Amino acid sequence: MRRGWFLPITAALGFSFLYAPIISMVVFSFNENRLVTVWSGFSTKWYGELFNDPQMLGAAWLSLQIAAISATIALVLGTLAAVALVRFRSFRGRTLFSGMVSAPMVMPDVITGLSMLLLFVAMESLLGWPAGRGMLTIVIAHSTFAMAYICVVVQSRLSDFDRSVEEAAMDLGASPLRTFFDITLPIIAPALVSGWLLGFTLSLDDLVIASFVSGPGSSTLPMVIFSKVKLGVSPDVNALATIIVGIVATGVIIATAIQLRNRPRKARR
Amino acid sequence: MSYEPTIPPPRRLKPWKAVERGLAKVGISGKALVLIAPVLWLLVFFLIPLAVVFGISLATKQFGRPPYSPLLTTEDGTVQLTLHLNNYIKLFSDSLYVAAYLSSIRIAFIATVITLIVGYPMAYAIARAPDPWRNVLLMLVVLPFFTSFLLRIYALTGFMRGNGLINQFLGLFGIEPLVMMQTDFAVYVGLIYSYLPFMILPLYTTLVKLDASLIEASADLGSRPWQTFISITLPLSLPGILAGSLLVFIPAVGEYVIPALLGGPETLMIGRVLWDEFFSATNWPRAAAVAVAMLAVVVVPIMLLQKAQNAVVEK
Repeated sequence: MRRGWFLPITAALGFSFLYAPIISMVVFSFNENRLVTVWSGFSTKWYGELFNDPQMLGAAWLSLQIAAISATIALVLGTLAAVALVRFRSFRGRTLFSGMVSAPMVMPDVITGLSMLLLFVAMESLLGWPAGRGMLTIVIAHSTFAMAYICVVVQSRLSDFDRSVEEAAMDLGASPLRTFFDITLPIIAPALVSGWLLGFTLSLDDLVIASFVSGPGSSTLPMVIFSKVKLGVSPDVNALATIIVGIVATGVIIATAIQLRNRPRKARR
Repeated sequence: MSYEPTIPPPRRLKPWKAVERGLAKVGISGKALVLIAPVLWLLVFFLIPLAVVFGISLATKQFGRPPYSPLLTTEDGTVQLTLHLNNYIKLFSDSLYVAAYLSSIRIAFIATVITLIVGYPMAYAIARAPDPWRNVLLMLVVLPFFTSFLLRIYALTGFMRGNGLINQFLGLFGIEPLVMMQTDFAVYVGLIYSYLPFMILPLYTTLVKLDASLIEASADLGSRPWQTFISITLPLSLPGILAGSLLVFIPAVGEYVIPALLGGPETLMIGRVLWDEFFSATNWPRAAAVAVAMLAVVVVPIMLLQKAQNAVVEK
């Protein structure tokens, strides 16, 4: 075919557009110079500075906790929603339900953040709960939008797999609940793992919603980074980014490798 | 011949039955059990908040906690409902809001079109790549999505700053440094950069399912590659184009971080207006009215997206 060169070249350009800024960030995190883009020698001092910054470390710890808790809540809710959407073909309000499940995924963050905050304020003055804003309110907000993403991931796995296995279990006398825990859950386990990880990263990444619903003294990592970046150049942010990129890249590469290794085995069966 | 069970004998777990019977007695079916938690959660933390936003957009700013006028007041035993329309009147009469509104839609639209033009060949190249490569490339598309969005925007500033890498590179050829930061140009680059994976993934999903024999048939019948592309590939990938475009357009309309970090003071976007109204002016009712107006723009695209996504998955 004549257009043999066109696709590879555009793809290569596109990928370099995606990766050049990230790679430069990693390289310049080892730069000795305070000016982020002027190279003056190898140094790891920004990493040292990063780990001696109590504000940054505190925010990172808070963010990790919020991410773990909200990913777990979102996993339970998202899986239940996915089961309902895939297995119950018709129930009253299904359209509204499926709309409500997926809408938080695309809703602009400023709307989600503002609406959550106004709800918490109204609830506090009516019910006295939640008292003030902080970790709890951020967890609730993050669970809600992470649930939407997790639901999509679990949904696609649930609709892929062979239902006859479930039917067989039921024919052999297993109750629906037991079938779910003994058959369905192990089959969708990979989707649950990737869904949880997705929820975790989404929570760790969110700036806008957390800014709206957080209270005094509960600044998450993105909030601290944002205020630093707004003030100007800070090389320790490069160091932090490098650490995050390193962790994420390792995780995603391992996950892909496992997927690739499992594939041929499945085909052989 | 002895029988060797390869599958462990089924465990006799009674508790499930007991739990189910107990629930059935109280009149809770399996369906209700699955639905109750997510339905309640979404009702309380998604639907009601939107109603609250609408309600507070009809209040007016006042000092105190909370900083808005109550909608319902009781006076001499009668309940009074006070609604203010001044936020909406301001929204339509103040040229700042109208301009921000229109310019967000324009910026989001142009960014979506460019992202489509950049993303389509990438998605096509990945879909056509030989098998092991396809997964690696797909992973490379997803990887930036998992690294912090904020940090990726920050990385872009390193490229586009006055003494950034692009200008250093241009300087080697004696070209005057370009002003890129704090312009609409930087906002476009930021939007395309952050939302490119959202465009590529649904496009890839439709393109990879495309029946190659159709393209061969078209070529055999004498079509030139671009004719095949226009008459076969493009129409068949329409659901992916629609889903990807909406996935970029909807969040781009309400984007705050990108215009705040990359845009200049003259870059008007509605998400930024809402943010400033809330955090700087602490005018919560006005911010709520801006949110309602923004919702009016995105609600139709969101509904379209749901249709488009179903089409991408089913095809």
